[in-house]
Amino acid sequence: MFCEKAVELVRELQRMSDGQLPAFNEDGIRQILEEMKALYEQNQSDVNEAKTEGKTELIPTIKFRHSCLLRNQRCIAAYLYDRLLRIRALRWEYGSVLPTAIRFHMCAEELEWFNQYKKSLATYMRSLGGEEGLDITQDMKPPKSLYIEVRCLKDHGEFEIDDGTVILLKKNSQHFLPRWKCEQLIRQGVLEHVIS
Amino acid sequence: MADALSEASDLSGGEESQEEDVLTPAELIARLEEAWLNEKFSPELLENKSELVECVMEQLTHMEENLQRVRKGDLKASIHRMEIDRIRFVLSSYLRSRLQKIEKFFPHVLEKEKSRADGDPSFLSPEEFAFAKEYLANTEVYLKAVALKHMPPNLQSIDMLKAVPQPCLDSFVFLRVKERQDNILVEPETDDQREYVVDLEEGSQHLMRYRTIAPLVASGAVQLI
Repeated sequence: MFCEKAVELVRELQRMSDGQLPAFNEDGIRQILEEMKALYEQNQSDVNEAKTEGKTELIPTIKFRHSCLLRNQRCIAAYLYDRLLRIRALRWEYGSVLPTAIRFHMCAEELEWFNQYKKSLATYMRSLGGEEGLDITQDMKPPKSLYIEVRCLKDHGEFEIDDGTVILLKKNSQHFLPRWKCEQLIRQGVLEHVIS
Repeated sequence: MADALSEASDLSGGEESQEEDVLTPAELIARLEEAWLNEKFSPELLENKSELVECVMEQLTHMEENLQRVRKGDLKASIHRMEIDRIRFVLSSYLRSRLQKIEKFFPHVLEKEKSRADGDPSFLSPEEFAFAKEYLANTEVYLKAVALKHMPPNLQSIDMLKAVPQPCLDSFVFLRVKERQDNILVEPETDDQREYVVDLEEGSQHLMRYRTIAPLVASGAVQLI
């Protein structure tokens, strides 16, 4: 049956739980494009035949193939667009540098899109208000207290806080730090918020 | 929240009075909160409030500067620090929800902007407009490069306006009435029912379809909650 692969492609994303990015299914896309090409060529020859020899009985088949073509197009677009939305969410979660494991799952064009998106977002945030702009990827949760207890999950090296003190973030060490300085590190998985 | 803020401006010796805007800091923050809640709960993008955003940003920088002068270990300092954090959260959250809507509905947002008459205020701030345009161009280039250009010639373009879902204006929202409204049309008259009209008392709360009260949200007569 036509369009089966296209639906399979969409299902593949649907099956992943929210926000997870499976590897880019280049093979699937190529197969669908081939199917579309075949459908289109068959349609072309049938259209010619119908025109020159007046075979009106070919018209329903042509219409059917065209619907299949449209459906394939739509499924591919949905697949690609949904992936973009997931990639977008990654920018907000991990910051502008993505972990290699995730980059590995993206195709070259997706990386290009990501870089462009990153740039647009940065331009937008810089243009907000004063000279420095405002980083709106920070402050994701309403603040409850100024300082929070955090534990280091991996070695991160030295880290400077607002008043100039430098602390060493060593694995398994625990610190009491200003919340606004560690939000990013927590999301990157370097620090863990200890809730006692 | 507002108390500590006005105190912060006391520290600065009341420099706010020199601004053209006659809002007190407390009123400013109240406006921001109002805009924030409306934006957060309305299904569509509301009019931009870039002036308000700028004022709040200025206020924040101001407070930060004042904080620098405060003695270390002063209790006042940490309270103000907390205050700054809270305001910054509200501001970021407001801008974030706008940006999310722009990304979600980008073709429609841009279409609306295009069809806007010259005199009307824009729904997008210039920065948001630039962002939306870049987002659209970027996404189109991407779809083209990966799949569309490999498709048969008659299928190489996608109508973004049709492909991307529109904001659902019929979704229900909670609201509180700030100014009394008479004769709000909830259901128009049809063959088998009379038209359904309600009066909204000041201070009362309702759950209604967004479409019916959208103009009231824009004019500030009701507040989404």
